[in-house]
Amino acid sequence: MTAAADKPHLSRAHMLDLLKQMIRIRHFEDKCAELYTQEKIRGFLHLYDGEEAVAVGVIPVLEERDRIVATYREHGHALVRGVPMKAVMAEMYGKQEGCSRGRGGSMHLFDAAHNFHGGNAIVGGGLPMAVGLALAEKMRNGDAVVACFFGEGAVAEGEFHESMNLAALWQLPVLFVCENNLYAMGTALALSESETDIHQKAACYKLAAEAVDGMDVVAVEAVARRAVRAVRESRKPYFLECRTYRLRAHSMFDAQLYREKAEVETWRHREPILRFHSWLQANNIIHADDVPRIEAEVDAEIAEAVAFAEAGTWEPLAELTRFTYAESGRPAGR
Amino acid sequence: MQQETARAETIEITYREAVKQAIRDAIKHDERVFLMGEDVGRYGGCYAVSKGLLAEFGPERIRDTPLSESGFTGAGIGAAMAGLRPIVELMTVNFSLLALDQIMNTAATVRHMSGNQFGVPLVIRMATGAGRQLAAQHSHSLEGWYAHIPGIKVLAPATLEDARGMLWTALQDPDPVLIFENVMLYNMTGKLAADAGAVDIEKAAVRRVGRDISFITYGGSLWKTLEAAETLAGAGIEAEVIDLRVLRPLDDATIMASIAKTRRAVIVDEGWRSGSVAAEVGMRIVEQAFWSLDAPIGRVCSEEVPIPYPAHLENAAIPQAEKIVTAAKAMLGKA
Amino acid sequence: MPSLGADMEAGTLVEWLVKPGDKVKHGDIIAVVETQKGAIEIETFQAGQVEKFLVEVNSKVPVGTPLAVIRAEGEAKPAAAPAPPPGTPAAPKAAAPPVAPPPMQVPPRAPSPPIAPGAPALRVSPAARQLAAQRGIDLSTITGTGPQGAITYTDVEARLGAAGAAAPAAAPAKKRAPTLNLDAMRVAIAAAMARSKREIPHYYLTHQVDVTVCEQWLAQKNAALPPDSRLLIGALALKAVALACRRFPAFNGFYRENRYVPSEAVHTGVAIAIRGGGLTAPALHDADKLALDDLMARMRDLIQRTRAGRIRGSEMSDPTITVTSLGERGVEALYGIIYPPQVAIVGFGKVVMRPWVVDGAIGPRSVVTITLSADHRVTDGHAGALFLAEIGTLLQEPNNL
Repeated sequence: MTAAADKPHLSRAHMLDLLKQMIRIRHFEDKCAELYTQEKIRGFLHLYDGEEAVAVGVIPVLEERDRIVATYREHGHALVRGVPMKAVMAEMYGKQEGCSRGRGGSMHLFDAAHNFHGGNAIVGGGLPMAVGLALAEKMRNGDAVVACFFGEGAVAEGEFHESMNLAALWQLPVLFVCENNLYAMGTALALSESETDIHQKAACYKLAAEAVDGMDVVAVEAVARRAVRAVRESRKPYFLECRTYRLRAHSMFDAQLYREKAEVETWRHREPILRFHSWLQANNIIHADDVPRIEAEVDAEIAEAVAFAEAGTWEPLAELTRFTYAESGRPAGR
Repeated sequence: MQQETARAETIEITYREAVKQAIRDAIKHDERVFLMGEDVGRYGGCYAVSKGLLAEFGPERIRDTPLSESGFTGAGIGAAMAGLRPIVELMTVNFSLLALDQIMNTAATVRHMSGNQFGVPLVIRMATGAGRQLAAQHSHSLEGWYAHIPGIKVLAPATLEDARGMLWTALQDPDPVLIFENVMLYNMTGKLAADAGAVDIEKAAVRRVGRDISFITYGGSLWKTLEAAETLAGAGIEAEVIDLRVLRPLDDATIMASIAKTRRAVIVDEGWRSGSVAAEVGMRIVEQAFWSLDAPIGRVCSEEVPIPYPAHLENAAIPQAEKIVTAAKAMLGKA
Repeated sequence: MPSLGADMEAGTLVEWLVKPGDKVKHGDIIAVVETQKGAIEIETFQAGQVEKFLVEVNSKVPVGTPLAVIRAEGEAKPAAAPAPPPGTPAAPKAAAPPVAPPPMQVPPRAPSPPIAPGAPALRVSPAARQLAAQRGIDLSTITGTGPQGAITYTDVEARLGAAGAAAPAAAPAKKRAPTLNLDAMRVAIAAAMARSKREIPHYYLTHQVDVTVCEQWLAQKNAALPPDSRLLIGALALKAVALACRRFPAFNGFYRENRYVPSEAVHTGVAIAIRGGGLTAPALHDADKLALDDLMARMRDLIQRTRAGRIRGSEMSDPTITVTSLGERGVEALYGIIYPPQVAIVGFGKVVMRPWVVDGAIGPRSVVTITLSADHRVTDGHAGALFLAEIGTLLQEPNNL
């Protein structure tokens, strides 16, 4: 295991794959926005536009046995992890063919088969869970890594500090990935944190910590490879601050009164897909028909997923109280 | 006591010791089990429940935590989701409020939210109750609050058998189980079968058979209620005493069978009366045994006041045997 | 109008950022919508050319309302209605959730455990139990109509009502006029009579009057009249009382709030028995001014309407004095109870043939006993005697009535 293994393999195939994964997420989120305006998707909808490079840079580096804990802005994470798009779309619709039987919706995508431990609607709520998953792994002497994604808003919550402390104190194999998009819903980072250098906070708890440009998918992947290997081998936590930006509003129903349009436009010129595409073009890695082909494939997959969701069925009312408790017989007492 | 058996050997044991033995038993026989909480290791446990266990099992199985209720309760949840069987000890129910988000929004909901893909087989133990002049922030009885939440189970062991036997069954349960140990019971001494083992966590128990009135109670209040029943017997009133044992799910059948017999009910509950376990039990009696009642249902609960520090006020604030006797006599028209 | 939030029901279109003829592509911002959260830019998910707007600027429309028509490239303009505009719920609403085979039940509680010995076999609500105990009703004789056959309060009440109905009823119920509510009437009478006896200090006077002259006059008068227009002696009595009231206003008025106010008009209340046990005394308005045949006709009409339940409100509230008669029933004298706020009631008994002294000789004469019950707060015996004497005197000259 040398440093060379940490470097992304810059083959054309891999590059195109990174681009496709980001485009796939972007188009999926777009379609969700459209469906939401048509009231097919209800409740809250938090879209990932602009942050794709983080999920796409980190998650493919993980192994199957590794675990992922995410937030309510987790569609991209679920998709790139391999949760089937049909199941995700059906879940958005609330159909029982969804990955959480339709019970959770946009904010609660779960998939045990992919060790995807869910979205979470409580800011910071997933961090202690990630600590616990890693604790179990350690107690079993396994080598899996737990990747915990959260926004910079979570660092204000007590649970962030408790989790940092526990992970470092007990030396747990957690990769904490903070997606710093500069706004916790409508509150700018500078208005809520005395120390805005997020990874410094983690470093104070004696975690290995660094920051990376979250708009650069190659840079994110490079850092992720190093970090995941470090966690897997040292069995110690690692903290990664990914500096990114949210191009859309916090959720659909947000007038964005808290930030200037000019700022958004500035970031739009730095957004990861545009940036990566430009870089690939400048380096003659992609051909003229690559992106249209990718988009066509992605759109076809999305159309199929929408059709699947539309055709999906509603869970019968009689099942309402199921799955509050386990249904299989409890093991008898000793 | 319903568990009088002809066992050859009984031992003299405290409630505290019974709980410790339950933990020891579980750690010894199930490698997935470990204990985690504040001061459970080196200190030996706030109530000395885990004294000596660190030396016996080591720091991996008896794990001291920082003062991070939310953090380590969530960690217990994560570890349970990953297949271990942690016992999270929250020092008291008073501090559990810091972990309420994890208990309610993660432990109680994950199975449902994930469409049955993930469960949380976690046990959380907490000390509860008043009586040691610890004042308002250290004297709550919030079992009723927790019993309100679908997705978890709530236990209140009041006897040595239950203190010894409920933990194992709770650890085998695929869903989160909260066990409330009343602080006034830790020193309680009594006889226990030497080979006492796991007990069920589903049914209420009739601790005293009677015919004139049904007392329904749980936890620390059980012994005050039994004392009251003895006093009433001297006045010719034979009270039946039901120990709920499990606050969620409630064992309606046992309760209603008793009411059908006695036609009168007094519920004794150390929680504040408003929106309490007593309120829930009372309502179920109205729903299911209305036609059998000869008198309105009575309650003896804590007064609507944060628990005060001085002894005379604290004693007046929480249920006592005299109040229970008075309530029963009033109901039977014998002042 | 797109849905932008779980709690968004409508939005106001405040600005178009494109105009008809503009080409737009997927994701372009085309309008600004004002919501409760502020102004939000909305995008189009369709590419094409803006054809026309469907909503006026500054109009507030519900979520789902089509806002504009965008013609996709190559899409032909239909002759009829435009194609479904973009950004609207073009797809039909998803099928409604199918009704689950068994409808969702409130989590059923386990059925009650088998009744232990000593438990009641009878289900009786607490309210019913209490009422039964108060009235001495044996619960085992009642059939319950409550949940699970339980005996309810109304079940016990019904048992009590049936018992009450066995009380003597003077007339068969079928004669009862449809609009008469005798139960309510008896309750009202009871209240009025009790109050009268409580509050009014009654005194009673009796006067025997020779009405032979009246009878002779009536016989002569009636010979020429058809049966349904014949005068009865009751009419003469009523008129005499009414005229006497003019001379003695202390018996014709109302006592209220500790003072007596005499009435200008004389509206005699006529006590009318109603078959089935009712009694009422509606007014004959201005009886002192009515000609006898008119008075008789009105009296007939009053009685008929009373028994049919068609009394007017004013007839019930206006009597200034009441006249009652039980002569037909064979009673010789009756002592009425004053109807408050009136202050007098005159009673007429049976006309009896009696030996009487006229001009020193005893001979048979038609005699009637007239009584006065009067309010001692307003008059005393002296006035009452004069009043009664006046009535007797008036009856000696029926032609002047």
